[in-house]
This record gives sequence, C-alpha cells and structure tokens, in this order.
Amino acid sequence: MAFGKRIGLKGFTYKGGGQMLAWLLHRIGGLAMIIFVGMHVLASFSMQQFGSTWGTAINRVYESWQFQIVLVFFVLFHALNGTRIIILDLWPRFLKYQREATWIEWIILLPVYGMSVFITIQRLLKGG
Amino acid sequence: MRTRTVPSRGFTFDYLMWLFTRISGLALILLAMVGVAGALLTGARTQMDFSTLIRWTFFPNPNHVVNSNIPDVAQGWANAYWQIMQMLIVFFGVTHGMNGLRVVLEDYLGSAIGRILLRSLIFLLWLFLLVVAIYVILAS
Repeated sequence: MAFGKRIGLKGFTYKGGGQMLAWLLHRIGGLAMIIFVGMHVLASFSMQQFGSTWGTAINRVYESWQFQIVLVFFVLFHALNGTRIIILDLWPRFLKYQREATWIEWIILLPVYGMSVFITIQRLLKGG
Repeated sequence: MRTRTVPSRGFTFDYLMWLFTRISGLALILLAMVGVAGALLTGARTQMDFSTLIRWTFFPNPNHVVNSNIPDVAQGWANAYWQIMQMLIVFFGVTHGMNGLRVVLEDYLGSAIGRILLRSLIFLLWLFLLVVAIYVILAS
C-alpha cells in the first residue's frame, strides 16, 4: 500500500476489480491453508499418539468432500496466482499485461478445478 | 491505517524472505507434481480415489493415506526417498506458510514491540510444527 501517504479506509480496496480479487483470494486462501495444515498436523498427531476424539472429529471434517472442494479451489488458485506473481516479478516488463495474466490464470484454473469437482461429485453419486 | 518505514535495500531479512517465498512456492509446486507422478506410477490410477490422490500429493506419507483401500502402502511407499520428499514438503510448506502469516499480520500491525512479539510467536509456532511433522514422518 502506498508508502508515506495516509490512505485511510480507501487503501483497503486498492483499485478494486480482478487484480484485487486475485490479491484477496491469494491472501484468504493462504490463511485458510495455514489454519487447515496447522490444525490437521495437530489433530493427526493427537489422533495417532493419544487416540483423541477431537482429533478424529476434526480430521473427519477435513476428509469430507465439501471441505475438499473448497480446499482444492484455494490450493489451485494460490499455486496459479503465485506462479503469475513469480513470473511477473522475474520479468517486470510483462507487468503491463497484468490483466491478461490474471485472465490466463482463470482460464487454466476453471477446467482443472472443474475436473476435480466433476470427479468428486461423480464418485459421490456412484456411492464410492 | 499507519504508514510503515521502508527498510534499507540489500540482503535484509525481508528481502531474503521475499526470495524464499518465491523459491519455496516453485519448490512446492514441483514437489506436488512429484507426489502426483509417484502416486500414479505406484497404482493411484486404479487403486486410489481422488481425495487420497490429493493427500498423497501434498504429504506422501503412508499414514496419510491409511484410510484408503490400497494393499501394500506400508511396504511399497515407506522408504527413504518418500521420507526425504515429505521432509522437503513439510519444511517448504510450513516455512512458506508461517512467513506468509507473518507478512499478512505485519500488514495490519504498526508497533515495533508488537512486531517483535509476533515474530517470536510465529518462530516458536514454526519450530513446533516442524518438530511435530518430522516426528510423524520418522515414526511412521
């Protein structure tokens, strides 16, 4: 956020639009993954070592398809958006194509994510 | 919202962590691909369901896929190669995540004492998660 200026509440919204959505999803997804991985490590550890019921309960939520559909979205988005950030950081002359890069990101994400959701729901309907 | 001072250039902590975030991000994508390839090579195509494949991708540990109906997971996959892969993925993942947490929280935190406190807390959390995860890897 703009250094050396008082930007107030408007600073939270940047310029809005697709770029800000990507930034926001990257951040929210990252925090969600930290909470997920942290809780998962602790829950699995206590499940394995002490056979605790709360660990089992938490991991049962993590194994459910509803949770996994959300998690796969965040992981895929974080990976793709991270790749975009790395590429644009390494070759800053492409920065003027930010918008196009974000569109390419969604064009890659949607089929891959759609396939994951399709397979998950297909198995669910088959009763696997 | 308070403004922050811009740190000096050079090999500062912030610059190194900025670099590490990029490198570990790429490494995690690569390790996930190795995990998927390994799972597919060792029978995921016919024996695993999708969520097991995901679990194998991000943490290729026999205990991690124990609820699935794969016959020889303990014999075929519990070896030094996958243990090293797990340690790499845990190290990069936990460090990348904890640094990300630090970056996000420091965006909304102005005071210098608060930052020191936050960094110490996150450092302890990082160490704790690494120790627990490596214990799980070596014990399984």
